Amino acid sequence: MVISNSHNVRGPFMAIRTTRLFALLCVTTGSAQTVTLLNVSYDPTRELWRDLNEHFIARYEKEKGVKLAINQSHGGSSTQARAVIDGLDADVVTLASYLDIDAISKAGLIKSDWINRFPQRSLPYYSTIVFVVRKGNPKGIKDWPDLVKPGVEVITPNPKTSGNGYLSFFSAWGSVVLRGGSRQDAIDYVTKLYKQVPVLDSGARGATTTFAQKKIGDVHLAWENEAQLEVREAKGELDIVYPPISIRAEPHVAIVDENVDRKKTRDAAEAYLNFAYSDEAQEIIAKHFYRPVNETILKNNASQFPEIRMFAITEIAKDIPDAHKQFIAEGGVFDSIYKPK
Amino acid sequence: MQSERRQAQSDPVWMKWGLTATATGVIAVLVLIPVINVFAEALSGGIGVYWRNLFADPETRHSIYLTLTVAPIAVVANIIFAIAASWAIVHFEFPGRTLLTALIDLPFSVSPVVAGLMFVLIFGLQGYLGKFLRRDGYSIMPYIMAGIAAVAVIAIHSIMQHRQLPSANRKSHSCVIVVLSGVATFAAVLIIQLYFHIWPEHQSLKIIFATPGLVLATMFVTFPFVARELIPVMEAIGPEEELAALSLGASGWQTFWRVTIPNIKWGLIYGVILCNARAVGEFGAVYVVSGHIEGKTDTMPLRIEKLFQEYNLPGSFAVASALTLLALLTLAAKTLVERKAHAIHTRGAHTRGGIR
Repeated sequence: MVISNSHNVRGPFMAIRTTRLFALLCVTTGSAQTVTLLNVSYDPTRELWRDLNEHFIARYEKEKGVKLAINQSHGGSSTQARAVIDGLDADVVTLASYLDIDAISKAGLIKSDWINRFPQRSLPYYSTIVFVVRKGNPKGIKDWPDLVKPGVEVITPNPKTSGNGYLSFFSAWGSVVLRGGSRQDAIDYVTKLYKQVPVLDSGARGATTTFAQKKIGDVHLAWENEAQLEVREAKGELDIVYPPISIRAEPHVAIVDENVDRKKTRDAAEAYLNFAYSDEAQEIIAKHFYRPVNETILKNNASQFPEIRMFAITEIAKDIPDAHKQFIAEGGVFDSIYKPK
Repeated sequence: MQSERRQAQSDPVWMKWGLTATATGVIAVLVLIPVINVFAEALSGGIGVYWRNLFADPETRHSIYLTLTVAPIAVVANIIFAIAASWAIVHFEFPGRTLLTALIDLPFSVSPVVAGLMFVLIFGLQGYLGKFLRRDGYSIMPYIMAGIAAVAVIAIHSIMQHRQLPSANRKSHSCVIVVLSGVATFAAVLIIQLYFHIWPEHQSLKIIFATPGLVLATMFVTFPFVARELIPVMEAIGPEEELAALSLGASGWQTFWRVTIPNIKWGLIYGVILCNARAVGEFGAVYVVSGHIEGKTDTMPLRIEKLFQEYNLPGSFAVASALTLLALLTLAAKTLVERKAHAIHTRGAHTRGGIR
């Protein structure tokens, strides 16, 4: 099969268009179109982005006079990254972890300086890992050491397959080493901790179901926003507990350069992500229990975001890829301490 | 022999009742109770809520629409494929015939997830055709339309040929026609595109993460169903009736419509029912190629999973009950067809092949 370069096909087209009367027709039919964006995100952000989209579409049409349609796709964060690498036509990605966007970047679809393209290291919001316990906290769980008391069953997803899973692991690790413990102390702690995990679900929502609906376990290590939803859903059966220290989880956002340049949607996509930093959007973000990066708005909602020490991944490892390699990847700490039952 | 049989027929009473109780018990626990439960859960909020759960949510509505689009396309494609394949396998001797028969069964033994991944490997951006498909739709449109036109001309030509005596002259003639039609279509599509923008600019042709991918994945996992039903039927019928028709002067096409199709009708319908049931319910393969775009690429089974994960249990059970209802209808249709085919079979009419 002979496949000519796309320029060959477009070439005569350009030439003809400028010289023919038909040009007028082409231009008029081409302009009044809706721009469609696709936001590829991870599981728990479904409601958040649905809300943000509604507000952004209204605002963009008012300001630019362009009608927008925004499609959403949600799934496990790494699965979603894989789909974008395999050609899912995302204009923007809003994924759970740096690693997932980095993977897309390494595949050549996102420029490597993506993290500096939006304010606050491309983070419109952040989150953390907190504890959900049964009503009245019968096992008296207040802090990380309480999790390894005898008879306490801990629910958290598999660190190998889930963002929630490895952030739980990093939090547990950091709670030891950042409070004066040695590396060996940390290893002992996580060994005990994962011995008290009866089931390792593959994803965050699965773990939530195990804890809240199947009623297995005494404490659930969950994303802060998921925990809030879970407690609200359970109608008084569950309580939330903020440990004094936990990880700062950073779900970054980025524009998929290859796709927006091909689809000519860069302007709308950039406006979309910038919108997430506006006061309007930051309030919506807080309403959905994500911590807004805007300090004032965070303070206004202080009652639902108690201050706890949130440590960055760089405090326990060089960076996220390094932490992943040390703790989670094949042959890492997790492999040496966890034996499937 | 005789005495053994008599002994088997006079089983002790406890055995008769024991076995019956086990069978009904297993069916009740594994099938009946869960099915009833699905409907009970779905209807727990009352008919009004149930109706709203099914049709008020635009994404759920779209998933129903999508399933009702993807499944019929897959079924029709499979019918064409199955007739062609079983015809070829039964009527012709050709190298690789056994291999073809074996390969038809492949989708039964391959995990649907693997099937989905295979399509990602072919059509994905990192796959063999990914880069080509990523180009602006209107730069590849002419190639695709030209290809389709050429295939169509070949198909029409081969059907027409049966009515005329072939000659060497005509053969070279037909090659020219095929090439010319391809070129003409290419030019026509190009010109139409240049002037009228039929295909929107900056849009690539989407296969995976779009409806065509869902259709392909569904086709892959369901294609043995029709073929598996047809091959034994055609084998049992044998070529005699078709030969008789041909010897009486019928054309190939006439033989096909007047002799073959009536003979395989019930097997075909039966296969279609099974194929449709599977196509509607397919999850694994479409899960991989769907891309999970809400209101765009979620079929009913995918929607059920999503609603379930959103803590929307009534919603997910409502869609689940609709799917179950389809399954029950399928079951009823299947029983009906079996009975009908059986009646014809015992009357000693056409379907000598019998139906599994």
